[in-house]
Amino acid sequence: MRRRPTFLLSILSFGFAFLYVPILSMVFFSFNASRLATVWGGFSTKWYGALFANKQVGEALLLSLKIAIVSSTVATILGTLAGIALVRFTKFRGRMLFSGLVTAPLIMPEVITGVSALIFFLLLASWIGWPSQRGFTTITLAHITFSMVFVTTIVQARLLQSDQAIEEAAMDLGSRPWQVLVDITLPVISPAILSGWLLAFTISLDDVVITSFTTGPGSTTLPLLIWSKVKLGVTPDINALATLMILCVGIGVAISGVVMNRAEARRLADERLAYRSQA
Amino acid sequence: MGWFHRRGWRDLIIGLPYLWLVVFFLLPFAIVIAMSVATKTPTAPPFSFGGAQPWVNIETYHRLISEPLYLRAFLISIVNAAGTTLFCLLLGYPMALALTRVSRSARNILLMLVILPFWTSFLLRVYAWMGLMGKSSWFNAGLTEVWNWLVPVSWAVKSLPMMHSNFAVVLVMVYTYLPFMILPLYASLERLDPTLDEAALDLGSRPWQVFLDVTLPQSMPGIIAGGLLVFIPAAGELVIPSLVGDASTPMIGRVISDQFSQARDWPMASAVAVALLALMVGPTMLYSHYQARAEGAK
Repeated sequence: MRRRPTFLLSILSFGFAFLYVPILSMVFFSFNASRLATVWGGFSTKWYGALFANKQVGEALLLSLKIAIVSSTVATILGTLAGIALVRFTKFRGRMLFSGLVTAPLIMPEVITGVSALIFFLLLASWIGWPSQRGFTTITLAHITFSMVFVTTIVQARLLQSDQAIEEAAMDLGSRPWQVLVDITLPVISPAILSGWLLAFTISLDDVVITSFTTGPGSTTLPLLIWSKVKLGVTPDINALATLMILCVGIGVAISGVVMNRAEARRLADERLAYRSQA
Repeated sequence: MGWFHRRGWRDLIIGLPYLWLVVFFLLPFAIVIAMSVATKTPTAPPFSFGGAQPWVNIETYHRLISEPLYLRAFLISIVNAAGTTLFCLLLGYPMALALTRVSRSARNILLMLVILPFWTSFLLRVYAWMGLMGKSSWFNAGLTEVWNWLVPVSWAVKSLPMMHSNFAVVLVMVYTYLPFMILPLYASLERLDPTLDEAALDLGSRPWQVFLDVTLPQSMPGIIAGGLLVFIPAAGELVIPSLVGDASTPMIGRVISDQFSQARDWPMASAVAVALLALMVGPTMLYSHYQARAEGAK
């Protein structure tokens, strides 16, 4: 019989304290009446009031959401196509380069991606006059490029697990190509597409470095706004903002947990039903 | 033959993402490589090929090697990234191992808790530490008391100078990258066969010998994967050093960004970027070498 791993469990507790104490401290001090961000001066919700009164924050959030929705949707389409291409076509001209291009952005330091995107856009502007100014379009283009490869990775993994014979059987039974796509391939990889979209969305919403290189005057995303405030030091309204974001993430995770549990339960019930009707 | 093998579909499926990546990833990157051998000029855009200088001007690379600023930034980046990787491993390994020893239901919740910080803003996680390390914070005050109690009176301080130091950079990098280390370690430790441990114990090994001879070698792929996932972003980190770091110990990401936007030296920014990528090639090759060996063993 194995001993209780006391040593390991105490390090585990320490590790979780390390991960969560800073976050909890931030939440706690968001209700602080004092101007100093980490010295307690009584309970207050005034920083939330200040946050909601700040028009910049709302505008920045809106811009971030717009960019994240557009870029993650395009990235999901392109990334899914790339995933299908790499798994289903084992031979085509330039496949080596293609698979390299799909992996490289994953390990490329963000600074380099950012600088190269900016140089690219600046040169394009001086050669063909487009983009005349940087902002929504350039940020979105850059976000699509570096988040699509994450979608590809996820879709690729899912496709590798799935059975290609089902698609072939459908074709043999007379399905048209688009029917196979809609009825079989997409439903099989749809969980991967969904998680790919979510990942691309989060990456875009959270990005600072690449956005800071591809943005222009007047286009401040939420992370850029936080970045410029935080550079000047610790301010209590950021605590309030952090708390609200953590709340949103918590709710999101709880909902997705419930949905996934339901889907799992339904799948099990379906399987049981199918089994019984066979027997 | 699947639907996707029809000619038109095939071209579309391959062509669209391929074209996108070539235009928006490969081309900008090729421009950066070309830029690193261009000549800096006071024009706009601030570079030229040819003119009084040779078409391929390697002067920038010469400066990169000879001027101590760049070499120093590289060394600082490597040391900080290696330190971050080491501390992540020292903390993450026992955590991952502990996760394999708790009950299944607890494990799922704890794994969720490891991933959860990923979904909250990266900047705000850095910001949380700026608050804790600041001179007036409860955390700094508490640590200061411990410090003053431990050391001789002459070393006593009013508050620990944690912010704007290399220490702060490594601490915050360990904090933000720790999940990258735990997850692959957990994945490789979870697959291990517990009967091997028991066999070694039955045959008279001491627990630490079992760890060194059985567990550790088998978890090597996890260590390599986790190490790479931490080292690579840490070496190129820009946000953390500029928020909690010390301006006198710049990391390479900062140098690239400053050369580009402040000195407006595009060739130098590009050359440093190329050199940083060259630095990444070694660890990546090591990783694929291990991957290939792991797959060969299957």
